[in-house]
Amino acid sequence: MSENTTTPQEEIVLEARGITKQFPGVLASDNVNFDLRKGEIHALLGENGAGKSTLMNLIYGLHLPDKGEIIVNGKVATIHSPNDSIALGIGMVHQHFMLIPVFTVAENVMLGDETVKNGSLDRNAVTARINEISKQYGLDVDPNALVGPLPVGIQQRVEIVKTLYRHAKIVILDEPTAVLTPQEAEDLFRIMRDLTARGVSIIFITHKLKEVLAVADRITVMRAGRVINTVKPSETDSAQLANMMVGRQVILTVDKKDHQAAEEILKVEGLTVRDQRDLETVHNVSFSVRGGEVLGIAGVQGNGQTELSEALTGLRSPTGGKVTIDGNDLTGKPPRKITEAGLAHIPEDRQRHGLVLSYSIIDNMALCDYYHPPFSQRGVIQPKALDENARKLIDAYDVRTPSPFVSAGKLSGGNQQKVIVARELSRPVKLVIANQPTRGLDVGSIEYIHSEIIKMRDRGVAVLLISAELDEIMALSDRIAVMYRGQIVAVVDVKDTTREQLGLWMAGAHAETA
Amino acid sequence: MDWKRFSFIGLIIVVLFGVVVMVGQVKQPPLLIITSMLATTIAVATPLTLGALSGVFCERAGVVNIGIEGMMLTAAFFGWLGGIYMFHLFGLPAGVSIAFGVFFAILTGGLMALLHAVLSITFKVDQIIGGTVINILAVGLTGFLNRQLFFGKGSVFGGTVPGSPGVLPTIHVPITELFNSVCGASANCLQNVQAINRVFDQKPIAISAILLVFISHYVLFNTRWGLRTRAVGEHPKAADTVGINVVKMRYANVIIGGMFAGLAGAYFTIESVPSFEPLLTNGRGFISLAAMIFGNWTPIGAWAAALVFGASQALLINMQIFRDVIPPQWSFLQESYIVGLTPYILTMFILTGIIGKTTPPAADGVPYEK
Repeated sequence: MSENTTTPQEEIVLEARGITKQFPGVLASDNVNFDLRKGEIHALLGENGAGKSTLMNLIYGLHLPDKGEIIVNGKVATIHSPNDSIALGIGMVHQHFMLIPVFTVAENVMLGDETVKNGSLDRNAVTARINEISKQYGLDVDPNALVGPLPVGIQQRVEIVKTLYRHAKIVILDEPTAVLTPQEAEDLFRIMRDLTARGVSIIFITHKLKEVLAVADRITVMRAGRVINTVKPSETDSAQLANMMVGRQVILTVDKKDHQAAEEILKVEGLTVRDQRDLETVHNVSFSVRGGEVLGIAGVQGNGQTELSEALTGLRSPTGGKVTIDGNDLTGKPPRKITEAGLAHIPEDRQRHGLVLSYSIIDNMALCDYYHPPFSQRGVIQPKALDENARKLIDAYDVRTPSPFVSAGKLSGGNQQKVIVARELSRPVKLVIANQPTRGLDVGSIEYIHSEIIKMRDRGVAVLLISAELDEIMALSDRIAVMYRGQIVAVVDVKDTTREQLGLWMAGAHAETA
Repeated sequence: MDWKRFSFIGLIIVVLFGVVVMVGQVKQPPLLIITSMLATTIAVATPLTLGALSGVFCERAGVVNIGIEGMMLTAAFFGWLGGIYMFHLFGLPAGVSIAFGVFFAILTGGLMALLHAVLSITFKVDQIIGGTVINILAVGLTGFLNRQLFFGKGSVFGGTVPGSPGVLPTIHVPITELFNSVCGASANCLQNVQAINRVFDQKPIAISAILLVFISHYVLFNTRWGLRTRAVGEHPKAADTVGINVVKMRYANVIIGGMFAGLAGAYFTIESVPSFEPLLTNGRGFISLAAMIFGNWTPIGAWAAALVFGASQALLINMQIFRDVIPPQWSFLQESYIVGLTPYILTMFILTGIIGKTTPPAADGVPYEK
């Protein structure tokens, strides 16, 4: 570790020494050392499953370490529950917000630390306190608003206010930018700097290299439950950090040739879809995808992408408009009809819609065409054909499994996704719809799935890529459509746009400026 | 609770009352019919109100409780039994024995709820199955003990059912008497005032049920306890991360809910009639659940819905009173089994969601895993 001499300004507020935590089957935290100085932003970088969240849950008291100690403000602390960590001035903003949608901002903020007057909640006092915090730290929130309808950026502010309300001096932010637009992320970084300027220390957990380099004072990289190194942003670069994260050289850019767009394969005209609450979440959307190109749909999560892909793949009936694949009208047709017309679908939620978790890999590999010969003869499944098919695909798509009989639920996320990709892309398809194909995967699997998608495109297949990761959209797409509040607000060629421009559209800027 | 729901409730009550007034006006003045109907409605809605409150506390904390029926039945039995024991075996005065009976009923409800809590919170048994267990256990236990204690040879009471210490007395609330002086010498006016006063003459459990509705509403929406209860029912993880003990909150609320169901049970055997018979709750625990759902998991809403069911039972009772004056074209109203169906038909109708959908707490029925 590159340690400088500790000046008074660099007093250490939190230190983890030799933290070890064993979960059934995984050593989630292996003799981890970590320290946080007063007023710094210390980034904790690593892939999913590297042990970042485990370490933070140990510090926050959601789990107990098997070995090691946590020192807060120079004293060994025993943290058995969030109550203990809150009392020590530690606050945490979780990746999935810990907010109650049907409560107001004030109710959410005070929960667990309520101000009571004559036996009933003193809402006025809480409101006053929130306004004071808002003013002091530039965190604009309305204490009386219901949390549910607030944009995620604001909800995140509520989470930060929640920690400050409890007088937190150490704030842990767990993957805070995952749900934000680039502009909202910029805003968050500003808030983070404001907080540190007022003496708050921040632990910033992320797997995004760019953000770390932009905002952190120090960076600790974790891999497989261990701390690999702690560095300063000025002394490192993306490639080196990625190398530390993954443990080998990683190609960060996707290598692709110019595209040769052919005929229109997918054509969507005036598509309108309602969600299960009967709210219209996709309004009058039209676009088309040609063979040999990737159309990326960018947008912050929850702007109608889920319903759009459900409508296109037959999982949900559209309420209006028309969908054609290679000239066949498939509007509102069942998934089997659409699949038979040449669709490969990599669904958003791989565990619910992509796989039957309790089935073996063999059965999962045949989910799309088990009823055809050679998999079925006269209505009877042919186990031998299924078996051969699975073994062939496991080899071809590099699925890491001890045997094809293992149930899909036992595989890692990356290997689960490879099973889906193998099943979908090995068929003779004309169109691929990939929704969040790399969400939650490690860098190695991301690399692999990206290359498979590009392979399909180069083979002349039309690809519709829906992703909330702007980097992924920029890397893979030939054209980009931006979705905002259920509408396509812009369609551009990837060469004619920038991250910033896309970010503005994703935040709805187009609607006002166009 | 939205205006649509409340006006629907008002409409049904007006219709049910209207039928009785139309039929009965040849025998009694409308005011008298309406006030006595209202008094009956409030009285018979008591166990439904308390049952619905029981559900509100459990489900607001995230535990589905379909065992209200069983909790009520068991409490009705043990409350009644407790009263008899105190009266006959310990020789306590009737009033004291009755009070003990109510206490035993509440205790029994709480203990049954504790069982439900252990099953559904600690052992994370499917909560519908846990509730069904409670219901089956209640039927079996009360039926068996009823036979063994009272009808078996060599049983405690030697094969005869001893007289119970009686029922809770009516409390006279002198609200309308304040207006007596307004009437002066007018006999007619005095008669009307007395008629209206019937509505306020209720028994202790009925009165406490109404008070508990408003107390519960206040507690749930304006106190720390209520905020935390709703939090563990909506998003237990969020509550956990701010240091709230989810398991403890759920246990406490389920037990409180059980005590409400226990008080509802006491209504049957200690306030309404001083006897027990197997299966006497007759589905009212489930109607309570319907009231809770229709009331959108709020105490006041649930109470209003319970009053609808109360009114439909008041209809049944009054149709028997006015049996001989029912006009021939309304003759189906003479059939008590047709009129008796009203609450059940209303339950089905209301649960179809025709009057708008209600939203249960988000984590209702979901065991909390750290």
